[in-house]
Amino acid sequence: MKVLVFIKRVVDYNVRVKVRPDGSGVDTDGVKMSINPFDEIALEEALRMREAGQADEVIVVSAGTSDCQQQLRTGLAMGADRAIQIDTDKPLQPLTAARAFQALVEQQQPGVVLLGKQAIDDDNNQTGQMLAALWGRPQATNAAKIELSGDTARVTREVDAGLEVLDIDLPAVITTDLRLNTPRFVKLPDIMKAKKKPLDVVALDGLVSDAGNDLKIGNWSPPPQRGKGIMVDDVAGLVTELKSRGLL
Amino acid sequence: MSKLLILAEHANGKLNPATAKCVSCAVKIGGDVHIAVFSDSGQAVAEQAARLAGVSKVLNIEHADFTDPLAAMIAPELAALASGYSHLLAPSSMYGKDVLPRAAALLGVNQVSDIMSVNDARSFTRPVYAGNAIIEVSVPEDMLVAATVRTASWAAAEEGNSAEIEQLAAQSERPSHTRFVELQSEGGDGPDLQTASVVVSGGRALGSAENFELIYQLAKKLKAGVGASRAAVDAGYVPNDMQVGQTGKIISPELYFAFGISGAIQHITGIKDAGTIVAVNKDADAPIFELADIGLVGDLFQIIPELEQALD
Amino acid sequence: MSEREVMEYDVTIVGAGPAGLSCALRLKQLNSELNVCVIEKAAEVGAHILSGAVIETGPLDDLLPDWRDNPPPICVAAQRDEFLLLSKTGARRLPTPPQQNNHGNVIVSLGALCGWLAPQAESLGVDIFPGYAASAIAWKQDGSVSGVVIGDMGVDKSGQPKDTYVEGIEIHAPVTVLAEGCRGHLSKQLIKHFSLDKDCDPQTYGIGMKELWRLPEGRVQPGLIQHTIGWPLDPRTYGGSFVYHLDDNRLALGFVVALDYADPAFSPFEALQQFKHHPRMRALLEGGEIISSGARALVEGGYQSLPNTQMPGALLIGDAAGLLNVPKIKGTHQAMRSGMLAAEHLHQQHQSDGLRSDGFDQALRGSAIVSELKRVRNIRPGFHKGLWFGLANAVWETATAGFSPWTMRQHADHTALQQNLSVQRDWVERELPPKDRLASVYFAATEHDEDQPVHLQILEPDVCLTRCAEEYDHPCTRFCPASVYEMVEDEQGKRLQINAANCVHCKTCDIKDPYQIINWVTPEGGAGPNYQNL
Repeated sequence: MKVLVFIKRVVDYNVRVKVRPDGSGVDTDGVKMSINPFDEIALEEALRMREAGQADEVIVVSAGTSDCQQQLRTGLAMGADRAIQIDTDKPLQPLTAARAFQALVEQQQPGVVLLGKQAIDDDNNQTGQMLAALWGRPQATNAAKIELSGDTARVTREVDAGLEVLDIDLPAVITTDLRLNTPRFVKLPDIMKAKKKPLDVVALDGLVSDAGNDLKIGNWSPPPQRGKGIMVDDVAGLVTELKSRGLL
Repeated sequence: MSKLLILAEHANGKLNPATAKCVSCAVKIGGDVHIAVFSDSGQAVAEQAARLAGVSKVLNIEHADFTDPLAAMIAPELAALASGYSHLLAPSSMYGKDVLPRAAALLGVNQVSDIMSVNDARSFTRPVYAGNAIIEVSVPEDMLVAATVRTASWAAAEEGNSAEIEQLAAQSERPSHTRFVELQSEGGDGPDLQTASVVVSGGRALGSAENFELIYQLAKKLKAGVGASRAAVDAGYVPNDMQVGQTGKIISPELYFAFGISGAIQHITGIKDAGTIVAVNKDADAPIFELADIGLVGDLFQIIPELEQALD
Repeated sequence: MSEREVMEYDVTIVGAGPAGLSCALRLKQLNSELNVCVIEKAAEVGAHILSGAVIETGPLDDLLPDWRDNPPPICVAAQRDEFLLLSKTGARRLPTPPQQNNHGNVIVSLGALCGWLAPQAESLGVDIFPGYAASAIAWKQDGSVSGVVIGDMGVDKSGQPKDTYVEGIEIHAPVTVLAEGCRGHLSKQLIKHFSLDKDCDPQTYGIGMKELWRLPEGRVQPGLIQHTIGWPLDPRTYGGSFVYHLDDNRLALGFVVALDYADPAFSPFEALQQFKHHPRMRALLEGGEIISSGARALVEGGYQSLPNTQMPGALLIGDAAGLLNVPKIKGTHQAMRSGMLAAEHLHQQHQSDGLRSDGFDQALRGSAIVSELKRVRNIRPGFHKGLWFGLANAVWETATAGFSPWTMRQHADHTALQQNLSVQRDWVERELPPKDRLASVYFAATEHDEDQPVHLQILEPDVCLTRCAEEYDHPCTRFCPASVYEMVEDEQGKRLQINAANCVHCKTCDIKDPYQIINWVTPEGGAGPNYQNL
């Protein structure tokens, strides 16, 4: 079984993101870029599946300019067998990304597709679900635990009320949450080995035609400062206040 | 005029308050607001939805397969219903985030995630980069608006309405590839700190690991995740993975309680995107009161037990 | 523990700063066949680099003749120099010292410059490994250096392996080049082990703190370079500020304090914040926003403190050796030149009798790098006698181009604190951000996995609560710019709490602690500050 993992190159989660004064976006000059942390968890899970003998091949895929080859190489150094870059110089909105991924999934015929529950830049939390819909296959989002057995997977999902357990037929799309695993450190010699692993480049328009239904992104602004709130005198006051705000 | 359809979230015959918040967003957009309730027997939920101010109709769609409303079941139903609507909304709860993108993809549209505010019927603001930036997003003309609503940004709609309830039959094929097994609520650890909608945190003022038990008890009562300031972690009261803040976890619950936490910037960085922050501290000058929405000066060893009682 | 895996290189360089990267680049330019790697503890090249920085462009012209066609991300031509003596509310223009004439120089972010050099080195075939800490020296049987040991990763607080544990490998090479910068953790061990400093004075240091601001439109005058001395420091404390006007409404400002200050109650961080509230600065900064901040120790000992820079199997270059020119307030050109010199020396060796460290120290001392230091050797020590003597002495030493027949001595900074010293400080109420050191650390974006051994080792913990409490009242809680050291009192009693996760890797504690019981070691690779354009 093949496992396909989609990873996104994002501003590293340690970077203090600042909105540019002209409202055109955030400052990304010279900032550290990394694999989206949720996608890194997805890749780790795929590698564990292969190490457990449940998968034969782990393919790591990213869409972007040649810059994202840096993250693909990191993925290869973590242990992926090969990489594919979907070459495009425009940032993909979730639906376009899902369409491109769908085309790739149909070419590669994986048993499991893994990706993070959301990217920490646009925080959309859509692509996995959209890919599952377009592909007509099951989705299990926010996975905290994945158990494969034959043609099905039992996935424990983080939901608001606790943990939800689903059985899904494979192939399927699973999106990963923080509790699933802790990604491994890359061993230094594996960085050298990764340089020799295959990395193919495919053009975005070879996979999908631009649907032209993107949302328009307008002005960027810094978040509003939190104002000073109110003081209450006692617990009764606190409870009344919380109830009036619909929080209790 | 806009015509909006909201996906109701409910469990055990009760409408989730997130739905009422979604209604407030829909009312702000303006237009004819409908709510869709999918369940095996949804009359009670539909009646609750019908009471929400601003709602003109509730669609009650019952089917035995909807006992556990899975995204793979509900998304095609929503997509089928959407043809008559200009907007399709869901709360940006775990449930809404699971279902709505699947429906949007079936309809061939991108989704607006986490609406914070409404500029006009097709233009919204939403947070990106974990709330460190806010962007304006507009949906092109002639395209259905599919969106999730950031519940922490909206107050619940008032009750006192009595909208029409219409019974509808399920329309699409229900796939068998996804099967519900169980819901493990009240798990040993309680909800995950990172995703819990309510979080209770304690600081160094707790004084010991034993005293931290107070925080756990209150959290259990509130079905809340448990966090801690770095000072509490460093003092050894709780393990590392409970730390909230710059070097710990950055969280955005709807409701956050800070007990005995002074509010060093390193902690504040972890909670600045929380919906409502409640701070309890002995020291009236503690910096946490600068950003708390509700502050209470006092001894947490008295206040926590009192609060627990009040919740009973 | 199993035998560690080993990777072999021809030359291993520790530290991807200006010295290390220049060395790597030059080596590959001279001989593309050589296998060269650079180990860097920061998660990304440049993330632990902090400097002013106005730099001389000569070394860049030599190293990369076409660099002006593709300049580093922040690169503003120097326009005008100002040198000011501050009082609490006033400022007096002084003639700019000739060493500080910046005509022809450029203002850069040294972090961004290193981030720009790294891919150029990689394109020549250098293997750069950011995110890996060289934590120990690997030794050969004959007592020479065989290379470095990369720190283990995934070790918990108590030293036990976690699920993610990965044993660090060893990197062996005929020559290991230490380019760790000021007070390098391995350099310190090697200087001690080989007594490299037996014929020189103790090294002396300063702490430099820097903030990058974005100001409202119209205030920044790109290329303006200002330095101040005087307030808020007392005349016996050596130091001053720098204010560099960049492009895009950005301003780099900072403060340097020599670590031979005597007052245990003094806080260098507070001095920087006070400086920002001088009326001139306050008017400039108000309404602006801080983008990033950080701190780093720098070497000040110069010629007298220069250790032997070669040992069997290894070399010291850049500030790991201590090549900064204090009167110029510049070290980057020295670092780059020493890196290139090391490369040229190694290349020659390689062509004759194989890669060896022999002869490098002699080559360095015979070069313009050291003669530049010798010429100015008496300027900085002149300030031991206070600001006014120092200034007069500097005029003399400059006029005579360092031909004075004497050489003034240097003393170790950790011996400089005095007990029962009470210095009146005429300091003001502050309003500009950051409010405190924790707020400042936020802008350093420092990050350490909390579940790892504390990387600030206290060798004799009892001293803190006994001798230090009596003699100096815990100066660590004040000299650290990141609030790493905190005395707390709770149910468990009074104790020193080490907030290691705040550490910005400046090394001040390792230098200034009066009992020399704080030992800074490398945390897990990739940890530490994530400086942006500092």
